[in-house]
Order: sequence, then structure tokens, then C-alpha cells
Amino acid sequence: MVEVYIPYLTRIEGHGNIVVKEKEGKIECRWEIPEAPRFYEAMLRGKPWDKVAHITSRICGICSAGHTLASIKATEDAFGIKPSEQTWLLRILLNYGEYIQSHSLHAFFLALPDFVGAPSVIHLIPSHKEAVLAAVRLKKLGNDIADLIGGRAVHPCSAFVGGFGRIPTENELLALKAKLQKGQQDIHIMVDVFASLRKSLPNFERKTEFISLYWKNEYPWIDGDIVSSESGVIPYREYLKFVHEWVKPYSSAKRAKNVFSSYAVGPLARVNNNFKQLLDSAKETAEKLSLKTPSYNPFHSNLARIVELVHCIDDAIAKIDKLLAKGLKEEKLNVTPRAGRGVGAVEVPRGILFHDYTYNETGHISNANLVIPTNQNHENIEDDIRAWVPTLIKQKLSDEQIGFNLSMLVRSYDPCVSCSTHLIKVNFKRE
Amino acid sequence: MGKPKVAIYDFTGCEGCELQIVNCEEELLDIIANIELVYWREAATISPDGKTPVDCDIALVEGGITTPHDIERIRKIRLKSKILVACGSCASFGGINALKNDLPLDEMKHLVYGDMAQHFETIPAAPMRNYVKVDYELPGCPMVKAEFLKFFKWLLLGKDKWELPRYSVCIECKRKENLCVYDKGMLCLGPVTRAGCGANCPSFGAPCEGCRGLVPEPNVNAALDVLTEHGLSLEDAINNLKMFCNAEKPVATLHTWTKK
Ligand code: SF4
Ligand code: SF4
Repeated sequence: MVEVYIPYLTRIEGHGNIVVKEKEGKIECRWEIPEAPRFYEAMLRGKPWDKVAHITSRICGICSAGHTLASIKATEDAFGIKPSEQTWLLRILLNYGEYIQSHSLHAFFLALPDFVGAPSVIHLIPSHKEAVLAAVRLKKLGNDIADLIGGRAVHPCSAFVGGFGRIPTENELLALKAKLQKGQQDIHIMVDVFASLRKSLPNFERKTEFISLYWKNEYPWIDGDIVSSESGVIPYREYLKFVHEWVKPYSSAKRAKNVFSSYAVGPLARVNNNFKQLLDSAKETAEKLSLKTPSYNPFHSNLARIVELVHCIDDAIAKIDKLLAKGLKEEKLNVTPRAGRGVGAVEVPRGILFHDYTYNETGHISNANLVIPTNQNHENIEDDIRAWVPTLIKQKLSDEQIGFNLSMLVRSYDPCVSCSTHLIKVNFKRE
Repeated sequence: MGKPKVAIYDFTGCEGCELQIVNCEEELLDIIANIELVYWREAATISPDGKTPVDCDIALVEGGITTPHDIERIRKIRLKSKILVACGSCASFGGINALKNDLPLDEMKHLVYGDMAQHFETIPAAPMRNYVKVDYELPGCPMVKAEFLKFFKWLLLGKDKWELPRYSVCIECKRKENLCVYDKGMLCLGPVTRAGCGANCPSFGAPCEGCRGLVPEPNVNAALDVLTEHGLSLEDAINNLKMFCNAEKPVATLHTWTKK
């Protein structure tokens, strides 16, 4: 019996263990998530509407703007509030701040070391100094946007139901635009780095279902309905028709399925489902990176993130121009709570996120359902592992190499598991 | 003396405080040059055997205690660490995790996990100081970047005593010449909340929600009076205070159903 134990798969957000056992040709694979359960849904009961977004933002530091936006949208949906165009533009900017921050962190700090074969980004400084500095600047650019628009890089404080607590000034937006223009140069350094490493991505494909938002007007971030690559479009309020959640004993995180035993959400799902809506510059980036849609290779998520980064940076400039052209104004926040249900469906960096609240007449939550992207991906990750392990074994890789490949696979989903998980252990046994 | 060995651990939390460390973009490379990072699961594949905890001079700990396993783990980390720093509100005084403490835990498990509830263990959320000696606390949800940097520099070089501000967010807000949030018709916990964030939220047109915890010797009853005088029901006033401070004594003992 051979036994390999690679505990603590690092460089993911959250704890998770990969368990692979091989005995007489029979292979058993599990993706375990032993993270402490956090009970946000239960904690929300009885909470007043004006605190809900700031409570749920604490589900995840990295996706805190996304949770805030999903929460605000669910509450506005319940109360029948339509935000102004200025509010919408500022929200898109806040969203771009989070994407630029999160995608840069993942692509350059967490994934790149894998492709180069280095233990961490710190070890890349001697060989890739230019790229590391560009990556640091890009990440900071994301935070600068969130700081200005949301009032804080982690857990934004100024985005409310109905609008914003503070509207940025024209000069602040102009300064931000200049930083974004610098970001346009930096992202192209990164595109080149990834184009040169493209061939080191493993060649593994598995047909799966992709679920994301779809919006007729633009690439969908915080608007639109829900599309499945296998079963078409449904209105966002009916998300439960696609999202069937269930619980596995070895995983405190819930899982979800629809047409097949699992489905995928995230950058690859978004790009696959909405390629046409990308800006031309982002489409050109996809071509440079040889990303052809639909792609069934989970490692291509790394390429999809770069494509989205180009879109976010370029479109953030367009949105700032629009705000400046319209002129910024203070807006009064008018919110009247009412009883009813509301759903906020938002794309966060790791995939589609749902907040679903039912309010009573005084504006207190009587019921909440939160469906987090990583939870929707768990079963898909497990199915990937199951499909790939036989090939890896056939290639006569060492246990260590198999462990490395599998951790890379899991990391390509960027599983931010604090909402559900922390360490990934690879526990690989051959008998 | 060689470079101090630093380990970063996470417990139950959102990893926002760790992210704040990463967010020190400009200073991060300098910091890294002056320490030896011996453990940080989220950022690097180091600590080859992967067994936590490791011997270190400084342990930065994010998140709070919410399972029996957490208690065991923080005790082990304490034994291996010369200095233990609680990073953020979850680790320092319970923070948002403690919101669950008012609910019957078994019932909650069923609410979230249905029949599978028996597979998951949970205990009331608590800060690190309830179980081990904590040398320093850096409150904030997330912890404040500037305060973290100042503290860390002090830890590496400093001589004088380190102390958190003992006054309230209101003082910082006045210093910044912000319009008081109450004058805008919003309700703010600034008067009872520990300063140090530079009145972050009021500066962005938002009320302070008390994320840095209570000032020393807070007058919780006076705070409740102010909130209810401004039109909040007692229940919501208590809800507001509980958001981050439900593991702090003067708030934990308040019950939303006491008066109606
Ligand atoms: S204190 Fe706040 S930011 Fe830090 S881990 Fe806890 S919830 Fe996250
Ligand atoms: S103003 Fe209050 S809620 Fe905001 S960061 Fe400061 S202490 Fe936290």
C-alpha cells in the first residue's frame, strides 16, 4: 500500500481536504469541507433591514462587496425600490473594484506560483519582478476603487439600500481614472505572462453544466436573469428551479445540482455563457490566451479571470466617463420597508450568489436563504477529481505529483471557503 | 537577533483581517523582508509537513472560537508562540460570530442543515482571550490597516508601551470635522465605540456600527436611551449594539425580549 499525505493544501481561501483512495483499481474520491459552520441564515432572523447588508458582508472578506450588493438588491427587490442610474453606475464600479482586487489576488498571487512551480509569489520576486510589481499595483487598484466608492476595501460601509452614503467628487473620480489607465498597461504585462504560460495548463476536460447570470444589455455583474448552458434562462426570482441544494455528512458546506450530478459557476461559466457581451478588448484577450468558448477545461478559469480583468478595467473607465458626463449629485435615500420576499442575484468573482429574504411589515427578516458560489462548485470539484484521477494514475505519476495536480485543480476554482471551508489536505492512499 | 519568526493562523471568520494584511501592498514587501514567515496557509505553500502549529515569535490570529476543536488548536498555538496577537474583532472580542449566541444552537443547526445537523459541532462564539492569554488585540471588522502597520512596526522596533485608544469614535469624528451622523437623521454607535479607525464610516456618510467594540467602561444604558430617543424601538437599539458586541459582557446580557 502506498500512502501519500499532503496536508493543508494552501493558497485557497478556506479549509478543505481532498481524499483519494485507490484499492485494487477502485477509486474513491472526496472533497471534504470541515469548516466550522457559521449559521448566517439563522443569525439574520429578526434583524432590521438597514443592518442586513453589513451583517452578511462578513460572510467573506474577499467577496464582501458582492455580498453587500446581493443583500442590498434583495432588500430593494422586497421593498420595490429602484435605484437611480448614478447609484447603479457607482455599484458597478464598486463591483469592479472587488473583481480587480480578487481576480488579481487569485491569478497572480495564488495561481501563478503553481504554473511557474514556485511555492509562493514571494519566491517569484527574483525571476518575475516586473510582473510581481504589476500584480501588486493591480491589486491595489482594486482596493483603491473600493476605498473610494465603498468607503473601505474590506466590508464596504457606504453602500446602502437605496443609494450611497457618500458620492465621490469629480476630482476623486478623475484621479481614479488615471490609476485605471495605468492599470490598462499593467494588465497587459500580465496577459503576456499568462499567454507564455498557457501551455503549462493541464489538458483536462469534462463536460459540465455552467450556470451564471445573463443580461441582455451588458456583461452581467449585478443585473439580469439566470442562464444554464443546458436548460436556458429563468427569471432570477425562480433560482431554486436550477439550484437544488443538499448536504453531505463530511462537508459542513452545502452542495448544489441541477441537470447533471453537479454544475459549475464562476469566471469560466460567465465567460462561456456570456462571451458575446464582453468588450472587444476582452474578446481579443481571450484570443491571445487561446481561450475558446465553450471550454470544459476547469483550468481555463485562470484564463477567464484575465479576460474579465481586462473587461473590468476598460469598462470601469467607461463608467467613470459616464458619471462625469452626467454630473455627480447628492441623492436622498428614501426607504419604506414593507412585508414580502426579495431576491438579489449577483455575480461575485467566484460565481453566482443569491440572497433571498422574506421581511415582515416592520422590515425585519423572518426568513433568509443564502446560496454561495463556492458551495455550488463543491460537487463539481468532486466530480472533476473523480474524472481526472484515473488518467493521472494511468500517466504513472508519483503520488506527490497527483497530489500537486489535484490541489491545482481545486485552486483553479478559487474556492473561497470561509463561507464554507480552510485548509485543503490531500490524503491519497493506494492499496 | 535573527529575523522574528511570524505565523499567521485563521479561525472562524471571514478572512477579511488576513486580507487586510495582504492589502498593505506597499508595505508588505518591506515587512516580509524583515521577518521570517513560518506559516501562512492562505498565501504560501510553506511549512512543508503542514502540521500546525509551528514555533514562532509572533502569532497573528484571525477569527474566533466556535468549535471544540478551535479551543484545542488555539491552546496548542499559544504554547508554541512567544507573542500572540488577536487580529480583528472576531479574535479580540467575539465580533459578528457572537450574533449566533442568542439562538438555541441545536435548533439553528437544524435550520441550516436539516437532518444532517448531528454531523456538525458548534459552541457559543467567543474571543481568544476566553481560552488563552492574549498579548495584544487589534480590534476592527476588519482590523484597521494603519493601526496594524503601526503596531507591527512598534512590535519590531518599539520601546514605549503600546496602547489602543481609550476614547470613542466621536472624538475622531469631531477631529475630522465630519457632520455628525445624528444630524443627518441616522443613528450611530460612535459614542460607545472604541476609536482608532479614524471614524471611517461617518466619514463616508454611514453610521458607526460599533465594529471595533466598546470603549472601556461604556455606558450602555445611556447609549440605549439615545438610540430609543431618536425613534428606534428598544429591540432594534439592542439589535444594533449586538451586531458586533454580543460577546462583550454589558451587551451579552441584554435581551431583546426583556421590555417590549
Ligand atoms: S473581524 Fe471582521 S473582517 Fe476580521 S475575520 Fe472577523 S468578520 Fe472578518
Ligand atoms: S466607524 Fe465604527 S463601524 Fe466604522 S470602522 Fe470605525 S468603529 Fe467600525
